Amino acid sequence: MAEAATPLLTTADGRPLKAALAAAQSRAKRRAFMLVLPLLFFVLVTFLVPIGYMLKRSVEHDGFAVAAPALDVWFTENSGFDPANPPEEAYAALAQDLARMQTEKTTGLAGTRINYTVPGTVSLFKKGAREAKDLVPPYKEALIALDPDWAKPALWRGMAAASHVYTTEFYKVASDMKLTDDGWARGGEKDRIYLYLFAKTFFISGLITVLCLLLAFPIAHLLATLPMAKSSLLMILVLLPFWTSLLVRTTAWIALLQEQGIVNDALVGLGLISDENRLTMMYNMTGTIVAMTHVLLPFMVLPLYSVMRVIPPSYARAARSLGATSWTTFRRVYLPQTLPGIAAGSLLVFILAVGYYITPALVGGADGQLISNLISFHMSKSNWSLAAAIAGMLLVSILLLYWLYDRLIGIDRLKLG
Amino acid sequence: MKKTLILTTALVGFASAAHADLTVMSWGGAYGAAQTEAHVKPWSAATGNPAVMVDADNPAQPIKAMVEAGNVTVDVASLEYADAVRLCDEGILEPIDASMLSPAPDGTPATEDFFEGAITECGVSTDTWANVYAYDTTKFTGDNVPKTAADFFDLEKFPGKRGLRKGAKAVLEFALMADGVAPADVYATLSTPEGVDRAFAKLDTIKSEVVWWEAGAQAPQLLADGEVAMTTAYNGRIFGAAIDEGKPFQIVWDGQLYENELYVVPKGAPNKDQAMDFIKFATSTEGLRAQAQHISYGPPRTSANKETLLYKDGKTEMGPHLPTNPENMKNSLLTSSDFWVDHDSELNERFQAWLSQ
Repeated sequence: MAEAATPLLTTADGRPLKAALAAAQSRAKRRAFMLVLPLLFFVLVTFLVPIGYMLKRSVEHDGFAVAAPALDVWFTENSGFDPANPPEEAYAALAQDLARMQTEKTTGLAGTRINYTVPGTVSLFKKGAREAKDLVPPYKEALIALDPDWAKPALWRGMAAASHVYTTEFYKVASDMKLTDDGWARGGEKDRIYLYLFAKTFFISGLITVLCLLLAFPIAHLLATLPMAKSSLLMILVLLPFWTSLLVRTTAWIALLQEQGIVNDALVGLGLISDENRLTMMYNMTGTIVAMTHVLLPFMVLPLYSVMRVIPPSYARAARSLGATSWTTFRRVYLPQTLPGIAAGSLLVFILAVGYYITPALVGGADGQLISNLISFHMSKSNWSLAAAIAGMLLVSILLLYWLYDRLIGIDRLKLG
Repeated sequence: MKKTLILTTALVGFASAAHADLTVMSWGGAYGAAQTEAHVKPWSAATGNPAVMVDADNPAQPIKAMVEAGNVTVDVASLEYADAVRLCDEGILEPIDASMLSPAPDGTPATEDFFEGAITECGVSTDTWANVYAYDTTKFTGDNVPKTAADFFDLEKFPGKRGLRKGAKAVLEFALMADGVAPADVYATLSTPEGVDRAFAKLDTIKSEVVWWEAGAQAPQLLADGEVAMTTAYNGRIFGAAIDEGKPFQIVWDGQLYENELYVVPKGAPNKDQAMDFIKFATSTEGLRAQAQHISYGPPRTSANKETLLYKDGKTEMGPHLPTNPENMKNSLLTSSDFWVDHDSELNERFQAWLSQ
């Protein structure tokens, strides 16, 4: 064949050219990889590991299993027991474990774990552990005499579930479920909060994204079309708040919008409203939306600006000269070209808003709470597993949205600046 | 984060430098300064042993980490009541023998002299702080001033916005006491579903007028800005604003909740015996009085409240400002950490749901 007859191309030292090229390229690739290695390591240590650990916490809790080994064994052997009427052996194992908790000081650990699903049990366990060494058989009667709560089916259901180290219970609690005597059920209307707050958080974040887009679009357009000297001056006005501490900006809004604040004072001074009817713009949903929109605005302006700056003005001119109205020109020619910026800005603002904590905490008042405020509450009460479960649900819903976004708009069209 | 770094560095340096020194860990700020002046320096001077104060955002966290890592560098720590009980249950703290504490000057044993609940298995109280409510004296004058917890909920007689801490704890108890429940019955009432409904029903009467605050510093700020006519607050914050800054704030001592702060010794403390001696010294009648001269948190033993105390400015009498003053304690309630350990999550979920209705 003709190909076989072609002499092999070699380098000066006689190696095949292809192999020499591959070797040279792989060296360059290794060097490039070495360059990104620190970043990879950094991302792994500061991002993937903590998130993985958090997700692990949301399904894992060994507090009860470690503190109550006898019950653990009993539950394993009798997985089909009747929680409404556990036999004497179960109570005997419980009494043995309670005595052990008292000597090993693990009462708090075990009680706290059960308290996550069955409220009121920390003190029940403490009381039981204190008296455990004086209990005599039959343990069932003895324990129920000590506190009738020991016969509650919900408690036995809770203990049986908690003897497993891995559990989905925290996700159930985070979905407004309650452990009742008959098993898991939807919580009462007065106690349901998590799913409502999830829905509210997503709705508010969406609203803030839309507001940011409406406000940022004209600003970004102005910045992109003004002569350089003027636009850099305006850019400072966008960036200055961006560089200012979040807390300072939030409290500045409080000073502006509160009932005795500057805006209300001005309105009263101008005679637009009377002193008794000052507007309530702070410590409610309005305050949260206003402050968060302002804080997040630069994240919309900057991607939009970077996209708009490189759109050649000649396209719009061409459209006009071919007879399009200004609205058609905007809709058919200009707007489609800004889509990557709109997409990037919206995604940034939305994801930041969903996880916002400090602004709603300070200006939210009664109805401006978001889901992150409850995550923070459970972190501070050291119910880390429930906090992790709520955070896990938040993470999954954001990943879902991201996936949807990729399907609808395409992540390759994202342009961050 | 920066604070933690500095703290860790300080601790590492300290651990290797001087094991003989007694290390006390507290909350920093005005509170830590008061304990340094009232306890650390005088103890050092009296015994000749060097002692150092280190700060933490909440000493319970580093203490737990140290004991679990087996590298304890702190001898005495100042903890909140609930943390002290929890860490004691988890075996993180040394038990303290209450019989070794200093008796009162008249010879009453410490166990009788201290207020109820002020000595626990692993801790001895240094001070009592309270969740009080205060009003702006420029808004209510003459005879028409709020005097009781019920007045806080009376929008007709005392119009204006109310500030309340955003959380179930202390708010529900306060609402029940304002509704006429005797302090002794509050937790029994709150343990029943009807009692919880009653507390929320009372809160419903002012819900539209409430400004909810979250950080301790927000309460005096809301009052100073005129945003609220009255607000619940930590008594030390109101005292600071009224005395140090001259704000027109008046505390109403009725239906308030008080809580104790305690000294504890972490398990494996390098100078355990000296630590116990320090606690004995600091929680003596004189030691507690000395601390109350620097900050308006009350000394939790009877003998320390008998004689007049002066604030560090040399002219303000502390008595009327202390949560432990018998006049102020007439209708008050000790926060039950047992109750809240059991019901915090449950009631907070209900509270958040109620807020968003």
